[in-house]
Amino acid sequence: MAFNGHQRDDEGIDEDETPTKQPRSDKEKPSDEASASAGRAASDRRTSNSTARLRSDSVKKTRPPFPWFGMDIGGTLVKLVYFEPKDITAEEEQEEVENLKSIRRYLTSNIAYGKTGIRDVHLELPDLTLCGRTGNLHFIRFPTHDLPVFLQMVRNKHFSSLHTALCATGGGAYKFESDFRKMADLQLHKLDELDCLIRGVLYIDSVVSSGPSECYYFENPTDPDLCAQKPYTLENPYPLLLVNIGSGVSILAVYSENNYKRVTGTSLGGGTFLGLCCLLTGCSTFEEALEMASQGESTRVDKLVRDIYGGDYERFGLPGWAVASSFGNMMSREKRESVSKEDLARATLVTITNNIGSITRMCALNENIERVVFVGNFLRVNTLSMKLLAYAMDYWSKGQLKALFLQHEGYFGAVGALLELLHPS
Amino acid sequence: MAECVRLDSSTSTHTMDKSITLPPDEIFRNLENAKRFAIDIGGSLTKLAYYSTVQHKVAKVRSFDHSAKEASSDKLYEISVQEEVTARLHFIKFENAYIETCLDFIRDHLVNTETKVIKATGGGAHKFKELIERKLGLKVDKEDEMTCLIKGCNFVLRNIPHEAFVYAKHADSEFRFQTTQPDIFPYLLVNIGSGVSIVKVESEDKFERIGGSSIGGGTFWGLGALLTKTKRFDELLQLASKGQHTSVDMLVKDIYGGSYGSLGLTGDLIASSFGKSATANKEFSQEDMAKSLLHMISNDIGQLACLYAKLHNLSRVYFGGFFIRGHPVTMHTITYSINFFTKGEVQALFLRHEGYLGAIGAFLKGAEEDNPNQYSWGENYAGSSGLMSVSPEMNPMQRARSGTFDMLEMDRLERKLVNLPLLQDPSSYIPDTVDLIEDALAREYWLYCFEDALDGVVKRAVASQPDMPEAAERAEKFRQKYRHKLQTLRQQPFAYGSLTVRSLLDTREHCLNEFNFPDPYSKIKQKENDMALKYYQKAVKSLDELSWEERQFALVRGVLAGNVFDWGAKAVSDVLESDPEFGFAQAKQQLEERPWLIDSFDRWFERLKGPPHRCALFFVDNSGVDIILGVMPFVRELLSRGTEVVLASNSGPALNDVTNGELQILTERIAAMDPVIQAGLSEDRLTLVQSGSSSPCLDLSRLDKVLANVVRERKTDLVIIEGMGRAIHTNYYAMLSCESLKMAVIKNSWLADRLGGKLFSVVFKYEVPDGQPSQDSAAS
Repeated sequence: MAFNGHQRDDEGIDEDETPTKQPRSDKEKPSDEASASAGRAASDRRTSNSTARLRSDSVKKTRPPFPWFGMDIGGTLVKLVYFEPKDITAEEEQEEVENLKSIRRYLTSNIAYGKTGIRDVHLELPDLTLCGRTGNLHFIRFPTHDLPVFLQMVRNKHFSSLHTALCATGGGAYKFESDFRKMADLQLHKLDELDCLIRGVLYIDSVVSSGPSECYYFENPTDPDLCAQKPYTLENPYPLLLVNIGSGVSILAVYSENNYKRVTGTSLGGGTFLGLCCLLTGCSTFEEALEMASQGESTRVDKLVRDIYGGDYERFGLPGWAVASSFGNMMSREKRESVSKEDLARATLVTITNNIGSITRMCALNENIERVVFVGNFLRVNTLSMKLLAYAMDYWSKGQLKALFLQHEGYFGAVGALLELLHPS
Repeated sequence: MAECVRLDSSTSTHTMDKSITLPPDEIFRNLENAKRFAIDIGGSLTKLAYYSTVQHKVAKVRSFDHSAKEASSDKLYEISVQEEVTARLHFIKFENAYIETCLDFIRDHLVNTETKVIKATGGGAHKFKELIERKLGLKVDKEDEMTCLIKGCNFVLRNIPHEAFVYAKHADSEFRFQTTQPDIFPYLLVNIGSGVSIVKVESEDKFERIGGSSIGGGTFWGLGALLTKTKRFDELLQLASKGQHTSVDMLVKDIYGGSYGSLGLTGDLIASSFGKSATANKEFSQEDMAKSLLHMISNDIGQLACLYAKLHNLSRVYFGGFFIRGHPVTMHTITYSINFFTKGEVQALFLRHEGYLGAIGAFLKGAEEDNPNQYSWGENYAGSSGLMSVSPEMNPMQRARSGTFDMLEMDRLERKLVNLPLLQDPSSYIPDTVDLIEDALAREYWLYCFEDALDGVVKRAVASQPDMPEAAERAEKFRQKYRHKLQTLRQQPFAYGSLTVRSLLDTREHCLNEFNFPDPYSKIKQKENDMALKYYQKAVKSLDELSWEERQFALVRGVLAGNVFDWGAKAVSDVLESDPEFGFAQAKQQLEERPWLIDSFDRWFERLKGPPHRCALFFVDNSGVDIILGVMPFVRELLSRGTEVVLASNSGPALNDVTNGELQILTERIAAMDPVIQAGLSEDRLTLVQSGSSSPCLDLSRLDKVLANVVRERKTDLVIIEGMGRAIHTNYYAMLSCESLKMAVIKNSWLADRLGGKLFSVVFKYEVPDGQPSQDSAAS
């Protein structure tokens, strides 16, 4: 994602404006060598600035200054949530520094940032009250490999001068900590990703009241004709199994907000799906891979029970349509030559999804938990996988297990990080 | 028992056999007598099982009629070689490409088959059904694959000691064999074929497929063929073993920059398989992709296996199927995965004969009327090709040997073998003292020693059959076969399970039998017994003249001195050639003076002052001076004390060990001279039983069921084990639940050295199990 991609006119102005409006002299303009010392100088000034502000409003005492961000830097995607205050008073407007305004304007007036950054507008939570402020919560994502571009922009916008803590979670919070410091003069407040994930899930589920229900399930998952998405109320959520499917997969057993454990995980996750699809089909994006998968037929690639036994393997209660060997047909040269890229993409999707389903089901049995919530960006625009998971849970558990999904799929870690900023635990 | 000795003439050539393609008639042994067939046709290999009878020569002894007095100056008993028919199971594994040739061969050579049906299992069974029926004129009867697999698995676990092993790639010995558990159930079998089946086995007939996965060997092969230019399974594994998965997989450290400390996830852990390949414009090496694929699949299977093991509370998990089948790479990755997911609580177990399970099971299904499970079976080391590693780096023999055929033969042992009821803990009992797989130094010595002694054994074998002109030719074949086994073992010590001195000795006996040398020592034993008997009365008389105290020591020395007599041991054979009485006296002088290397004589002596034992079980060793002048007087003393005695001797011949048949005759002859022995026999206080074994060593977990019953009925409270083979090479550390006495003279300098002694050092080990009040305190 090219944050400095000059998508809109006003951004160009931002870029030009920043140095002049910045209470910094030109000689302090950060360069790679000077950024560290420049940062220190800037933050000294900011401290006195904010003390003055805090004195003016006691309510603000417990509240961190704007902007409010939560960030989750995963193996593949960076997830960013941004709270856009809508109740800014004229007085505040006056006081607000120019680059804060520019950040707000940039984020809220665009839905795409550079080549790869995207704001999921459909997920936006309007009129949310957070820490006594009302505003909209925005959900933004971009690939982790474009993080340097993002950092460059952060630096260009002099984010560090705003002196807000940047709460970040995910492995990247650790991996890129020094990059944030060196390139953008930002000290990250690092948070555990699973803590954030759980906090985020519970929070979002509690605040979403209007619009489509946050939590939903598939009714009649075993019947393609009657299968339908239905709202679900997570009123009394515990215990629940939380399956986070990102690049890899983590499976958590959650007994209360503060009591959870990571049961296990698997390396066969979203990254595996995309990685294998890229190798097998030459595609390069998740969307492309999913599009191909939706047009393919996995049964040409997989060896089914009926391919081996001619029908059901009754002795073991295995239905003929069940996959006996994923990619099993690809052992034969003729069959390798007869499959399409779409078939391969579909088979990859089915293989990865079913495997997650299978491991999840075993964990649910071992932990004696009946409700499973699947989250993570692998499920984004991926109804195919969600329906497969719903089906697999229902079928193999004979209706005992319920697969639940959440609208904000991959953003819970970032939301958790934002909450940590507002209410440090 | 005889030890191997160095012969100066030995010039062993270590040249390896060049590529031999075994002709089918050497593969399909005893085919003409085949009674029953079963076939397991897999994706690439066919496994054929048949059951046939084997006619081979056995040595029998028969007592002369000694009521006719004139016979007394003649030989003690008559030795005859008879034909005996025993049952053997043959298993052959070959590539599917050979199936037609093999079927033709079977058709041409099948003479005596009674069956009209061939049991078939495996995925390829239906494909070849028509071919088999046409070629053999037998009806193909399909059996369920999983049922066969489980049946076969139970069979090998029960009948082949050291069938299961743990694989440890970086350990000194890659293969760590497990001791046979008295109870093999319950266990989990994870069969990794194209897909994965996870089966819980609770008893012989009760098993359930509790789960599975579609990500299996077919996924590795199928995806591997798509991702690389390599289309064959074995080659894909080869590729994988050369690759680096870290260039394709996204590791924890790729996301975190290091480890994810709070969860204990190390940086090298794979976070996302193929996570780095999610880019359109980078090339990845085939090796790296194959490796990543292998890791992905192995980890996934390992994880599921662990989840199922946990859910069903099972700790024994066996892995099989073509994905495993001896491939070190897959055994390693699966083992790694299991260790990771269970934190070492569950071990991944593999089976030596895993590839035969289906064929064995199918055979057993067809042979149920023969009650194969009522017998004990033993692997025939002469006829089996042993476990071969598939990795060419590890297995330079692979190319020398025909890579096309593998064989397993199992002999039906006519007697049911069980545990000695007096073992303290049958599940942890390990007969062998030194594991030559782990102990490379000892392995090197013993393999060298056995190879070195080969000339002597060949010579003895030829000499034992002076009237048979072709004996030399057979002996030569024996030499070749045994030498080849030794060479194989040098390359793959794990080929037959645990490699031990016992297994080397047993292999030699099997090979001798194979070439119809059933008892090369029969005449020597006869002569020795004959001569020793003449001195029995004199020996007993001189013992009786001693005071009680002196006699107790003299009896022990007598057993030990008798044990010095050993035809195999070069150091003593010269003495024996001359005068046995003189020899016996000399042997006593050769003995180490007290204190012995292991010396608990004082405690034993104290114990003898106490109440007599109820019943002593005595595992005897050599014939001649050993049994007659050493053991019998000792037995006589026990009987006089009021202790019942059970004398356990080998069922079949092994070296110069006294066999049960010989001992029967000897005891009768001694009884005729000795009223104490006579009374013991007639009052049923002295009993002769066979051990069920034909080995110079002793496995207390595989003994004749009758012996076990006698031991139990008589409330045996003392076990005496005599000789190097039984008390040092095996059972040195065996823990018994009653008092035990282990007596031996070390007749091998290398071993003596190792134990910290010297040639003719004495081991006299008297043990009382923990917690049992030592009876000598009661006596004082």
